[in-house]
Amino acid sequence: MAAKKLNIKDKYRLLTRDLDWDFSYEDRKQAFPYEEFEGIKITDWNKWEDPFRLTMDSYWKYQAEKEKKLYAIFDAFSQNNGHLNVVDSRYVNALKLFLTGVSPLEYQAYQGFAHVGRQFSGVGARVACQMQSLDELRHVQTQIHAMSHYNKFFDGFQEFSHMHDRVWYLSVPRSFFCDARSAGPFEFMVAIGFSFEYVLTNLLFVPFMSGAAHNGDMATVTFGFSAQSDEARHMTLGLEVIKFLLEQHEDNVPIVQKWIDKWFWRGTRLLTIVAMMMDYMLPNKVMSWKEAWEVYFEEAGGALFKDLARYGIRMPKYAETIEKEKEHISHQAWWTFYTHGHAAGFHTWIPSDKELDWLSAQYPDTFDKYYRPLWELAKEQEAKGERFYTSGLPQLCQTCQIPMLFTEMDNPNQNSMRDSVFEDERYHFCSDGCKDIFDEEPEKYVQSWLPVHQIFQGNCGGPGVEDVLSDYYKMNVGVDNMDIKGSPDEKRWNEWKGIA
Amino acid sequence: MSKVYIALQDNDESRYIVEAIEESNPDSTVIHQPAMIRIEREGRLVIERAVVEEKMGRDWDVQELHINLITLGGNVDEDDDQFVLEWKQ
Repeated sequence: MAAKKLNIKDKYRLLTRDLDWDFSYEDRKQAFPYEEFEGIKITDWNKWEDPFRLTMDSYWKYQAEKEKKLYAIFDAFSQNNGHLNVVDSRYVNALKLFLTGVSPLEYQAYQGFAHVGRQFSGVGARVACQMQSLDELRHVQTQIHAMSHYNKFFDGFQEFSHMHDRVWYLSVPRSFFCDARSAGPFEFMVAIGFSFEYVLTNLLFVPFMSGAAHNGDMATVTFGFSAQSDEARHMTLGLEVIKFLLEQHEDNVPIVQKWIDKWFWRGTRLLTIVAMMMDYMLPNKVMSWKEAWEVYFEEAGGALFKDLARYGIRMPKYAETIEKEKEHISHQAWWTFYTHGHAAGFHTWIPSDKELDWLSAQYPDTFDKYYRPLWELAKEQEAKGERFYTSGLPQLCQTCQIPMLFTEMDNPNQNSMRDSVFEDERYHFCSDGCKDIFDEEPEKYVQSWLPVHQIFQGNCGGPGVEDVLSDYYKMNVGVDNMDIKGSPDEKRWNEWKGIA
Repeated sequence: MSKVYIALQDNDESRYIVEAIEESNPDSTVIHQPAMIRIEREGRLVIERAVVEEKMGRDWDVQELHINLITLGGNVDEDDDQFVLEWKQ
């Protein structure tokens, strides 16, 4: 007689809940020492629900299938010189930023979920976090493999891991994850599992990857969507964590709300770089940052917070500021990188006239008024052979570590600056959101490793900026950095394509 | 009522899944974007195993959805026969 096949619910029960054990001679609290200090109250871990009910055997089966598909495409991409099919050599700079700024975050996510996957005393949450941890390790590996092909033909990919730990703009994503990982396990889950995965990673992996496809990059769209197929499970885990915490005890509600306020603001700041990649670094446009923000943050996030209202959770603090910022941040960020293009590990450029017209059409209320004049000035300077690079180092926000490039939303000609005094030292911030986060935990953020401060303190070599770039950051100065015009990347591309 | 949504990679398998979704959810909206297909519906969207199997002409496990899934929005409930996305407010 054939064995009866278990249904999903029974299989899930046997292969997760049934793997737990009681502690008869050890103290359960000592086995899970981080579970209480954040003030979160869990009364019954058995109430944990995993809607996907994925068990380890199915997990391996489906992940193996995803990997086989993915690596077959990488092989085809590489064997057919797929890098020649991207729209132009400017596009590849978005990938340099992705490999140095985003892929190492996948590794940090792997470490973070491995940690919380050990620290929760509920077995359902532990199993889900362990699977996510393995997913994140798969993501960083597939991304490095995909981009190793580009590393053979373009500059700027060679020291991504070294740069991630040191370079001024890469301290933004790096410190974001360090902040989450050095918090308690429940804050980590609200930060990464919920705020980042449920709402914000969609903006990175969905419209940007669709954009990669639209720019002829078969390798990137493939790893992007393969990673994203795990992401749907991560989003569901993130939402489950929130609902579980809110249903367990009413005392959890204000703690969770505080974390949501903090991490949506932190995440919004982090995504500035993605805004810039979509509006300025993809030569073929899929949708503007503003439109992507409306679909994935305002519409999808709005539906989510409407659903959470029954628990007493409201929209994240500063949602009104965030709504105004969608009109500005991509322009403010790309201008900053353009003017600091000598200190970046990738190339920058003035948008083409066609692209400037596209930006004017997409941002009718702001682009012509505030940003197009800057690019017209840059064009004049470039025509005179005076391409502008700033000689100063930017002041950084103590919390998000982004240069003070943002303006007041009610007056986009005025830089936004805030400050707080803690133990007789004054600290500077880019926004009310970042100042609030500091004021809540100043002991944590006074320890921030701010790249510009470190350079001035002599901790990054020197004495000149060029010495820091070449010796401490390991950039090939004059090759990896500066304008795309006249770069070795552009020269090789033109040779391959037979462009005079 | 808010919209739930699901996005799938644009490939041969997804094509049948999208057909099944349209049949099971008559007033859903299908949006084609580069390399992906996004389907939205007010409140609730269901993917039924039996309908997908009918379209594909083979057995289909609901968890196979994971292979071609890009993203989703809504509360998930999955069992052997169907996959449901729903906002409950």
